[in-house]
Amino acid sequence: MDKEIIQIENQEPVICIKDLKKSFGSLNVLNGVDFEIKKGENIAVLGRSGTGKSVLIKIISGLLKPDSGLVKVLGQEVDKLNEKELQTLRLKIGFSFQNSALYDSMSVRENLKFPLVRNRRELNDKEVNDAIESVLNDVGLPQTINQMPSELSGGQKKRIGIARTLILKPEIMLYDEPTSGLDPITCIELNNLILKVQQEYKTSSIIITHDLTCAKNTSDKVAVLVQGKFLKVGSFEEVFSSDDENIRTFYNYNFTENTKSNEK
Amino acid sequence: METTSKNPNSTTKKKYLISKSIDSFFEDLYELYTFIIRFFKESFSAPVEWKEIVNQCYAIGYKTLLLVSVTGFITGTVFTKQSRPSLSAFGAASWLPSLVSIAIIKTMAPLITALIAAGKVGSNIGAELGSMKVTEQIDAMEVSATNPFKFLVVSRILASTFMMPVLVLYTGLVGMMGAYLNVHANEATSFISFFISAFKTIEFKDIFTSLFKAICYGFTIGVAGCYQGYNAENGTQGVGRAANLAVVFSMFLIFVEELLIVQVLNNFK
Repeated sequence: MDKEIIQIENQEPVICIKDLKKSFGSLNVLNGVDFEIKKGENIAVLGRSGTGKSVLIKIISGLLKPDSGLVKVLGQEVDKLNEKELQTLRLKIGFSFQNSALYDSMSVRENLKFPLVRNRRELNDKEVNDAIESVLNDVGLPQTINQMPSELSGGQKKRIGIARTLILKPEIMLYDEPTSGLDPITCIELNNLILKVQQEYKTSSIIITHDLTCAKNTSDKVAVLVQGKFLKVGSFEEVFSSDDENIRTFYNYNFTENTKSNEK
Repeated sequence: METTSKNPNSTTKKKYLISKSIDSFFEDLYELYTFIIRFFKESFSAPVEWKEIVNQCYAIGYKTLLLVSVTGFITGTVFTKQSRPSLSAFGAASWLPSLVSIAIIKTMAPLITALIAAGKVGSNIGAELGSMKVTEQIDAMEVSATNPFKFLVVSRILASTFMMPVLVLYTGLVGMMGAYLNVHANEATSFISFFISAFKTIEFKDIFTSLFKAICYGFTIGVAGCYQGYNAENGTQGVGRAANLAVVFSMFLIFVEELLIVQVLNNFK
């Protein structure tokens, strides 16, 4: 799927982060992160393992509390919300986990039904089934409806994980390593799915990845996280035309290694 | 005592009040206390997860039935067989049904059922929740605006608390049947005279004590399993540890509770 130009509306950012800090014991993971995402925008957050990329989206979704700084999602300060307000906000945030985190005791249908029946109690059985079938068609896996997660491939699990979040029609999508551990063709399919979600569901997304191809193909902006701070934020070309050694190393290693492995 | 930070740029030092292990023990105790308080708060707040509670009652109760049937039956039979020579030596073999019924109803049925359930149910809950924790399924539930504590923890603790008295009554009955078969085989006692003799010495207080113990044990097994599983970390190793600690803690606490309950309830004549 070709990347279409999405009209980024000039309005309040859907996510606004200022001077965000988070540490675990003596380990400072995030050390003053600042950034904004506008409605309809996809931003890829790149960085080496252990730089706090996943921590960042866990703070945005309220799974972790920041030590200090401002985290505003859809106009609400996440760490100031009570349990009920946070649950209401979470209905507007979709989170696709790195390992998919499908409920392994439930079939695909039950995985998709679970968040829906709990949060849209007004829906009848037919509406629930229609929503499940619709979202499975959107991720291209209608045939898996009665399968168990253990019967699915890695790529299928990721798609079902995304479907499970899409069923609640979120305004924001948080993808944690959507292409990790997948073959190149499945990676392309997932990149296309991320774009499709952006276009059809009108979501704004943060894509945590260290796959530059994924970042280039799916995002409007990329941000490189180094030592707990964003070193550079901008379009893919802007960021990777930088002379910064960290960025050059990241770029060269990623593409050189990919090229080498493809040649093999 | 203190530890220095691993981060060379950081100057923070963690000071312990007494020592690392003692501080950690009290921290764990406080976490367990907050876990139990949260359980009570969430138990009395809407919405109640009835469907999941019923599912868990089925899983905990029905699936443990065969195991407690076999162990209950064997316990009743063996206890009767072992007690006969001592009573016969004093010419009191006719007291066998009374002795067996008191022992089974008051102590053996609750204790054996609880220990079996701690092994089967406690480890199952610990491993299941631990596995869900380390594979981020609990986080996934949380971000999809579902309260995982209420869905997973409250339902399991309530189910094990509800089902344990039922299982204890059932084990008692099966144990008594085992005892009857042994008595019938040796003394040719009829079914009715055995049970009349057995229940002559049993009072309401004994059954109440037994059920009260069962409720406490069920709650303990549920809390130990859920606490260990819900707080599991470090991948598959953590899952194994959670399952193991769930069984060890619940078995240990069951014996402590047995002692305390007997001490306290014996004062109420």
